[in-house]
Amino acid sequence: MGRIEKRFEELKKENRKALVLFLSAGDPDLKTTEELIPEIFNAGADIIEIGIPFSDPLADGPIIQASFVNALKGGVTPKKIMAMTHRLRRKTEKPIMFMSAYNLVFSYGKNGIVSFVNDARKAGLDGLILPDVIPEEAGDILPLLRKSGIDSVFLAAPTSGLKRIKKIAASSAGFLYYIAVKGVTGKQKSSPAEVKKQISLIRTVTDLPVCCGFGISNPKEAAAMSRIADGVIIGSALVKIIADAKNRTARIRNVVDFVKSVRRAMDDVRS
Amino acid sequence: MPRRIKLPNSRGYFGEFGGRYVIETLLPALEHLEKEYREAKKDPAFGKELHRLFREYAGRPTPLYFARRLTEHLGGAKIYLKREDLNHTGAHKLNNTLGQGLLAVRMGKKRVIAETGAGQHGVATATAAALFNLRCDVYMGAEDMVRQQLNVYRMKLLDASVTQVDSGTRTLKDATNEALRDWIASEATTHYIIGSVVGPHPYPMMVRDFQAVVGKETKKQILAHEKRLPDLLLACVGGGSNAIGLFHPFYYDDKVKMMGVEAGGFGSATGKHGASISKGRKGILHGNKTYLLQDKNGQVAPSHSISAGLDYPGVGPEHSFYAKTGRAEYVTISDKEAIKGFKLLSRLEGIMPALESSHAIAQVCKIAPAMRKNKIIVVCLSGRGDKDVDQLFEAGIS
Repeated sequence: MGRIEKRFEELKKENRKALVLFLSAGDPDLKTTEELIPEIFNAGADIIEIGIPFSDPLADGPIIQASFVNALKGGVTPKKIMAMTHRLRRKTEKPIMFMSAYNLVFSYGKNGIVSFVNDARKAGLDGLILPDVIPEEAGDILPLLRKSGIDSVFLAAPTSGLKRIKKIAASSAGFLYYIAVKGVTGKQKSSPAEVKKQISLIRTVTDLPVCCGFGISNPKEAAAMSRIADGVIIGSALVKIIADAKNRTARIRNVVDFVKSVRRAMDDVRS
Repeated sequence: MPRRIKLPNSRGYFGEFGGRYVIETLLPALEHLEKEYREAKKDPAFGKELHRLFREYAGRPTPLYFARRLTEHLGGAKIYLKREDLNHTGAHKLNNTLGQGLLAVRMGKKRVIAETGAGQHGVATATAAALFNLRCDVYMGAEDMVRQQLNVYRMKLLDASVTQVDSGTRTLKDATNEALRDWIASEATTHYIIGSVVGPHPYPMMVRDFQAVVGKETKKQILAHEKRLPDLLLACVGGGSNAIGLFHPFYYDDKVKMMGVEAGGFGSATGKHGASISKGRKGILHGNKTYLLQDKNGQVAPSHSISAGLDYPGVGPEHSFYAKTGRAEYVTISDKEAIKGFKLLSRLEGIMPALESSHAIAQVCKIAPAMRKNKIIVVCLSGRGDKDVDQLFEAGIS
């Protein structure tokens, strides 16, 4: 059993929902990212998604775009992020995932996707999200991920019909990522009523946990979403807190406070 | 003759290139668009209306002009120019926006969006939007808005809104990112008119089909002039829509050679160019797998060209396929050579070519002299140079 699946089983027993946090690797620098990740776990995150900065992130709003620009200026590369993940793995058994544009995986190292998956496996990565890869285009990478025990998390959208949801669920492992808004990250607000309808549809075809992301930015929204989904994913809001902090101490404090407040709000609503 | 194959296949692939690399949110919109497009293509009324617009509105067919003085000056092969510069709005771009505009109306969309580099596609989209009574938002890089101020003004006169894009390199690539982000949020009411044979399936196929009118007309016209097909087709390639429009109808005529001219910028060895095929590596950008300018880590590399329309780090997947299979050859022309081409055609023929098309003119100057006089070359003169006069003046070109 993978770390992601294990974590969801534990949560189920505790009658709690998963809190997934996204941050951009290398913003403001990789040392900070490496320092923040254990703090975010300790503050109550169940899974961390490390965003690999890309020059042209299509599904991202201005906050994550800016964090990628900043990280790339600092010279962060997929290889350096891989090495950081390896170091983190020695310190924590909690699930770590990557979120990456497909081109960075495709162009990685000597042999592209083969090298990427190999290095990811060695680094102890638990899951991979490629927002610009739909199941139909995953034929090259999916078998490699499966063989390496890395969960492939695909996205379902408000626009996906039942036929597509079936395909997405069949290709996913670990959990299914439900995009809660029609739009890019961190811009519009999600509507729990609409999300509820679509998640009910998803539940008719799969037993995988469903986590909601895009458009969830504070404890209240996270709490509302955790009533309907198995987990909540927060990205832009955390990235903004990291970017806005004046210094290292304030950054750690603000991040920890934020994660704790979301965790508390989610745990308070458990039924 | 190359084996008859489906280009693209049912998954939108030209060999190993193309496909649909987009966020799930857009997938249903792309599937719907493909279905609507295939139905429209089969509907005789749609084709009839499009061809009426081509004829009565755009002024098609555009002439195939024998460039006598240029031919004599170069002293080799006979050179014909396919005069897309005489198409309404001054470039081939309108062929596609009329097609997609008509399709947007058919799909019941009330708004269209577009990206633009040089502004030609933006103007062509704004024109079609005016004609079809659609709201129009055009995304344009801040850098390009400076380079092409007059086209920005033209779009506004046509009642389109132009949104300045300040992200990334602030050029066509970033305008495309922003238009796609808009579409992710707005696909229910909005049709995205992509301006070249790029993007996710069905765009490379659909835009090619609308631009294929260029090659189809050329075929008829050259047969009327010369009673035979040309030996070589020549066109500039940024995303590559004018080139594919000319090339594709000749795909199975294997005696007809094809040559695409990429932007060499400051020189293809300098790293400052737009030569995705000649200097790039396979990668994924804007929804398709294709040759791409990128660094060793897979970050998209900034392109450069004197012509905004060729200033793009990717290229249409069908071109990547033609290059990989050897069906077409791809070469580069530098900024300096392109300016020489611009000046030569202006002086010899009284035709000012767009800086994009000037790359093709510069290439014909390189190869025509060494070809025998009974050989025939058709060059796609994709647009007129009026839009570039300002820029040349500023640069002190005389």
